Amino acid sequence: MLSSVILDSAIMVTAGLVLLALLMNVWRMLKGPSVADRILALDTLYINSIALIILLGLYNGSPLYFEGALLIAMLGFVSTAALSKYLLRGDIIE
Amino acid sequence: MDDVINIAVALLLLTGGFFIFVGSVGLMKLPDFFTRLHAPTKATTLGIGSVLMASMLLTSLRDGGLSIHELVISLFLFITAPVSAYMMAKAALHKKVEPLQRTRQRELSSRITRRQPPE
Amino acid sequence: MKAVFPMPLHSALLLLVWLLLNGFSAGQLVLGLFLGWLIPLITAPYTDHQSRAGKPLLIGRYILRLLWDILVSNIEVARRVLGRNRKLNPGFIAYPLALTGDFPLTVLASTISLTPGTVSVDFSEDKRWLYIHALHIDSEDAIISDIRQRYEQPLREIFSC
Repeated sequence: MLSSVILDSAIMVTAGLVLLALLMNVWRMLKGPSVADRILALDTLYINSIALIILLGLYNGSPLYFEGALLIAMLGFVSTAALSKYLLRGDIIE
Repeated sequence: MDDVINIAVALLLLTGGFFIFVGSVGLMKLPDFFTRLHAPTKATTLGIGSVLMASMLLTSLRDGGLSIHELVISLFLFITAPVSAYMMAKAALHKKVEPLQRTRQRELSSRITRRQPPE
Repeated sequence: MKAVFPMPLHSALLLLVWLLLNGFSAGQLVLGLFLGWLIPLITAPYTDHQSRAGKPLLIGRYILRLLWDILVSNIEVARRVLGRNRKLNPGFIAYPLALTGDFPLTVLASTISLTPGTVSVDFSEDKRWLYIHALHIDSEDAIISDIRQRYEQPLREIFSC
């Protein structure tokens, strides 16, 4: 059962990498400098959090997390689009 | 057989984690908005792609049978990533975010904002 | 036939995604078929039917090539990102388009954005130029001819335009 030990530690290492990635995204979101940078950081943040949720699902062996990941993917895209649109027009729904 | 799949999943996860990490390093350290824009496209395509592939392999092994609904997330991200990159770039140009000083053909950015053809 | 299934491909895709999401069973099949019939019926008036993709073999080859390119250029770009900022040569490129039609252009722009190292920024008003931002430019002509050979030419064959 050596391989399952390797798998578990691989999940842990990957989760650590994703966690560092999330921290760097938050740093960029707080620092800016422009609003577009913050939106970009938010976009990357949600994409990376999908990876973290999938990893959690793998670790716990539960398929339920998949639904959460799908929801984040959809809401994240819509919010990025809405925020960019707001910057472009000063209005979201024309 | 289980061993082979476990090792393959571990490798896929580590590749995915590495590219997600590199994408975010890029987001943090690259010098201007337009170069940073390259980071999330990298994180989605290969990073999330391989993590989702790993998840697909492992859940197929655990539950028996084929589990491919992670494919839906990958597909969705592949379709939406270019769209959001395009919208953010457009918003940044509209807000007159300055490209890096040494960007080649820097003068094009004002023409792009007005959607004119180059001279 | 046309009145019942205005967009047969979309119906098939909707059914497929529905089954992928909910698992395969007789009840889900019926529900998926119903949604696959209803949704295109509502949305059909809003789509444009300008360009039709043909030649499934070419489409398959295009997708495989795209996946391979994503893999290769990701490694290349990762090296650049981890290297020093001073060595980067970012820049805008105006790409002269030979492709026409809204849907093929969308596919081309998405392809360029998906391969790391290049992001498509915008089209010119007359849709004859595509503006690209590249993370690192060694030679502008090399990038342009690369895109033309690897993506635009196959797309023109797929959409026959």
